[in-house]
Amino acid sequence: MLTLDSKLPSGPIQDAWTNHKNNLRLVGPKNRPKYKIIVIGSGLAGASAAASMGAMGYNVECFCFQDSPRRAHSIAAQGGINASKNYRNDGDSTWRLFYDTQKGGDYRAREQNVYRLAELSTAIIDQAVSQGVPFAREYGGKLANRSFGGVLVERTFYCRGETGQQLLLGAYSALEEQIAAKTVKMHTRTEMMDVVVVDGKVRGIVVRNLETGEISSHAADAVVLASGGYGNVFYLSTNAKGCNVTANFRAYRRGAGFANPCFTQIHPTSIPASGQYQSKLTLMSESLRNDGRIWVPRDANEKRAPADIPESERYYYLEERYPRFGNLVPRDVAARNAKDVCDKGLGVGPTGYGVYLDFAAAIEEKGAAAVKAKYANLFEMYQRITADDPVETPMRIYPAVHYTMGGLWVDYNLMTNVDGLYSIGESNFADHGANRLGASSLMQCLADGYFIIPVTIGDFLSRNDPGEVTTDHPNFAQAENEVKEQINRLFAVGGTRSSQSFHRELGKIMWEHCGISRSESSLKEGLQKIPELREQFWKNLKLPGKANEFNQSLEHAGRMIDFLDFGELMCHDALTRDESCGCHLREEHQTPEGEAKRDDDNFAFVSVFEYAGEGKKPELNKEPLAFDALPLAKRNYKS
Amino acid sequence: MNRLQALYATTIGKKFIAAITGIILFGFILGHVAGNLKVFTGATADGIPHIDEYAHFLKIAGAPLVPEQFVLWSARSVLLISLILHMTVVIQLALISAEARPISYVKSKKRAASLPALWMMFSGLLILGFVIFHILHFTTGTIVIGEFNHGFVYNNLESSFSNPLVGIGYILVMLVLGFHLNHGIWSLFQTLGLDNPDRNKFLRLTATGLTIAIIAGFISIPLAFMTGAMPDPVSYPHELLTGHR
Amino acid sequence: MKISLHVWRQSSRDDRGGMKEYQLDDISPEMSFLEMMDCLNEQLTQNGEEPVAFDHDCREGVCGMCSMVINGEAHGPKAETTTCQLYMRHFEDGAQIYIEPWRSSAFPVIKDLVVDRSAFDRIIQAGGFISNHSGPKPEPNSIPIEPEIAEQALDAATCIGCGACVAACPNGSAMLFTAAKASHLGLLPQGQTERYSRAKTMVNQMEEEGFGSCRNYAECEAQCPKGISIAFIGQLNSDYLKASLVEPVDRRGEMHSQ
Repeated sequence: MLTLDSKLPSGPIQDAWTNHKNNLRLVGPKNRPKYKIIVIGSGLAGASAAASMGAMGYNVECFCFQDSPRRAHSIAAQGGINASKNYRNDGDSTWRLFYDTQKGGDYRAREQNVYRLAELSTAIIDQAVSQGVPFAREYGGKLANRSFGGVLVERTFYCRGETGQQLLLGAYSALEEQIAAKTVKMHTRTEMMDVVVVDGKVRGIVVRNLETGEISSHAADAVVLASGGYGNVFYLSTNAKGCNVTANFRAYRRGAGFANPCFTQIHPTSIPASGQYQSKLTLMSESLRNDGRIWVPRDANEKRAPADIPESERYYYLEERYPRFGNLVPRDVAARNAKDVCDKGLGVGPTGYGVYLDFAAAIEEKGAAAVKAKYANLFEMYQRITADDPVETPMRIYPAVHYTMGGLWVDYNLMTNVDGLYSIGESNFADHGANRLGASSLMQCLADGYFIIPVTIGDFLSRNDPGEVTTDHPNFAQAENEVKEQINRLFAVGGTRSSQSFHRELGKIMWEHCGISRSESSLKEGLQKIPELREQFWKNLKLPGKANEFNQSLEHAGRMIDFLDFGELMCHDALTRDESCGCHLREEHQTPEGEAKRDDDNFAFVSVFEYAGEGKKPELNKEPLAFDALPLAKRNYKS
Repeated sequence: MNRLQALYATTIGKKFIAAITGIILFGFILGHVAGNLKVFTGATADGIPHIDEYAHFLKIAGAPLVPEQFVLWSARSVLLISLILHMTVVIQLALISAEARPISYVKSKKRAASLPALWMMFSGLLILGFVIFHILHFTTGTIVIGEFNHGFVYNNLESSFSNPLVGIGYILVMLVLGFHLNHGIWSLFQTLGLDNPDRNKFLRLTATGLTIAIIAGFISIPLAFMTGAMPDPVSYPHELLTGHR
Repeated sequence: MKISLHVWRQSSRDDRGGMKEYQLDDISPEMSFLEMMDCLNEQLTQNGEEPVAFDHDCREGVCGMCSMVINGEAHGPKAETTTCQLYMRHFEDGAQIYIEPWRSSAFPVIKDLVVDRSAFDRIIQAGGFISNHSGPKPEPNSIPIEPEIAEQALDAATCIGCGACVAACPNGSAMLFTAAKASHLGLLPQGQTERYSRAKTMVNQMEEEGFGSCRNYAECEAQCPKGISIAFIGQLNSDYLKASLVEPVDRRGEMHSQ
């Protein structure tokens, strides 16, 4: 059993974070340089944490697998970042942002964490502006806002469609400032291969230099994982190609609990895959559903061009199935129905996995120019990728894996159950429950990195002497050997299939059995197929090149090992969570309208999985959730 | 001085020097073409071509405050130093740039770089060669084409440009100078940080306009002589000019 | 469609490297350029050859990782498009496609098409930031910023740091990259305090890295996947010259009467 002490502050939620901070132990400025902190990942969470702790005087080392910290996938976030500034005077407040986030997460997150996130949201905007993040401004020079899905206030700050990029560049520049000041040492093109734990405390990491292949150990007084999400377990997702679960999964294998791994957000409007070679999916903004009508041909054998299909032979399935909300049903409902009609053979496009999003009606009503102007860059992006002009012919869309709410279990201080091992940003599970609200991911990463971890980490460090364990400890040598052995094992297989082909197959299994909707039978089937695929992988992998050189095939194969094991863990979680909540839809538990039906009596807890050893079923631990500030309510976006 | 040294050490500083010396050399070209056009204005009552008179004035300008030829040689020194600096920094920059791309592309395609911009080094060297030739031809009279007599500018021009090869050669080189100026004049504004989207069009039009005006002015002279549109040379005693103050 | 690829192969930093030709017979016009490269690598892996190393990550045109000179143009023939956003339908059936790495002595080749762009990080370290700590900050609306200026700063800040400007510049200059960051910060009120020192330190670092000199070709702008304007180079030139020639070096030195 894991010891899950969430260290939640007591008392009124409005004062919880302040009181908690007041009671934390601190490390004095003179002592901070003596403590070494390792940060894995340089996205919004990692870069902001490394920069903040470096500026405080800690001895920080940051690692990323890309060639520069600026490449992390946070850069791709488009829409914006929420903050309860209430600049619009429309009744926004910390409380309302807290309420929206908790409700959006379908009450599967910790209240205190979510409240703290809302409370810190405004400071993030202040911080970013002071770094030179050029948020959109109004004519008077004041910050502009826009509204985002699922809320009734305008609280989203944005830089065109590149908010993530600008916030990341802000954090990156702060990080580079600290690198220049020599408080942070950056290791690029370096991948974390293992964490080293000695007597229940994290003591460092083992990494592989991706250019030379060298395996080396780094000791530290604390390790912060900011390694992002694991959507790529589905192979096709909106994530960057390099996103992986390895850092988190290796931590899990060393004893860290993995919380709610099955909570995956699926975005309903992405550009569908065009063939077997498809390597990633590109998101199209959901706002398109405001003017587009979604349909498929009624006849599975339809061969005509969409414009030639008469109205009577078109199946506007959302409008027919949900007459009240039509094309504007919630994300998850839209996504599930698209999959449903495609599974019935009605899908369109070369792969049969796509539905039409048709602007003809809007164009007739408002004119092509008006519609085009409203969605200019989206239409342009769509045309660039598909060569189709959405004004002439309907768009094709399909749901895509977008964000993973699950992650390493952490306490209120963002520390995992392994002493000194922290997890921040998308890599932890803490704030979004079973579904993340739009424009909240950037907020969480930066709250964790700029404002939470720099304070909470001192509480742990101050209880420990710096540099207690060095890389001379035998556990480092052992971990290094295990890493090397694993690489040798990969080369030794000598089969016929590339690791990419296994990844594609795993993705299909995950999508089929643990995707938009899940059922007991599909999950059980998935749990059978994944071990079979893993066996194939270890029998039939073909790995070119050598270990001690720049070898992207090896990098991928190493990550595949963890994806294979992790996919199984996800299915286990989805199977044990015998309810529907947020993005997790168990077909056995839905309302007549196809919405998730929660089971608060039996499942108001966080599922925390504990590694039980190679080939053994992971052990489920439960952290019960309390709902004192916000009583449980049914998620309802319909009235 | 430290500031200039530090500035010179960088490529932006070297470009700054290229731009400033470019302005000086451009100023010379502007003066030169303006003076040259005196060839068209005829002669004094004494029969001295205005251009001869102007050439003589350049020699004695500033006297008696300063000795004769003092202003002339001061100007020549400034121009020579500018030219040397202009060439030095440009060659240094070219070497730095060559070092920045030790392996060239197998395939290389340009989208925006104009031919004049890409061929600045070539046009510059051609102009340099021309300047040397031009000085030996019309200033020192070392290279004699037809007839040459010091001080008799109009006659010397007529004598050289009546040879169509010389005339055409001069015209071609002036076209190359035009290419050099068309890019160079705009470029110096950008280098000095004076261009921006607000005035870019104006500056580029100005550069092209000035270039066309200057080159047209230069070319008109050999052209006029070659086509026989100019009056015949006259002879007058040289003392008449030197005594004429 | 069928295509012939001519790809730069170089096994390590020290290897001399050279072009190698490959045939691909079954390419769909719907593939992205990088998916075509994936196919090539799958084919090479199956044939027991080493796959071509190339940098890529987000594949949606924003991370700045992908970096190929395709038929002589950085990121290939489409304007304002990264390699990952380029599609095979932009090429003809039977096309001969030349793929080379960024060529710059400041970007040494690590392997095949992968280059080391850490020089860009060092330029940022030299001053591409507003000195800052995390913590309470002034209310952002207390410093209004004209929307046009905020937008202009964003035009500069939209640089993805891919290095196409260096690859495209006939001189291998990094002025567009350096200017974009210096201008982004120099345009905003928050960045004024360090505006001139920043211009100086960033340019000095850029010089030290061994990039070539800017010759005002504007080739960088034309091949930049984000279309960043050379207006920012003008601004950096101006700031740098002001920093070098006008800004006082000794504000607090002694003065005497005469």
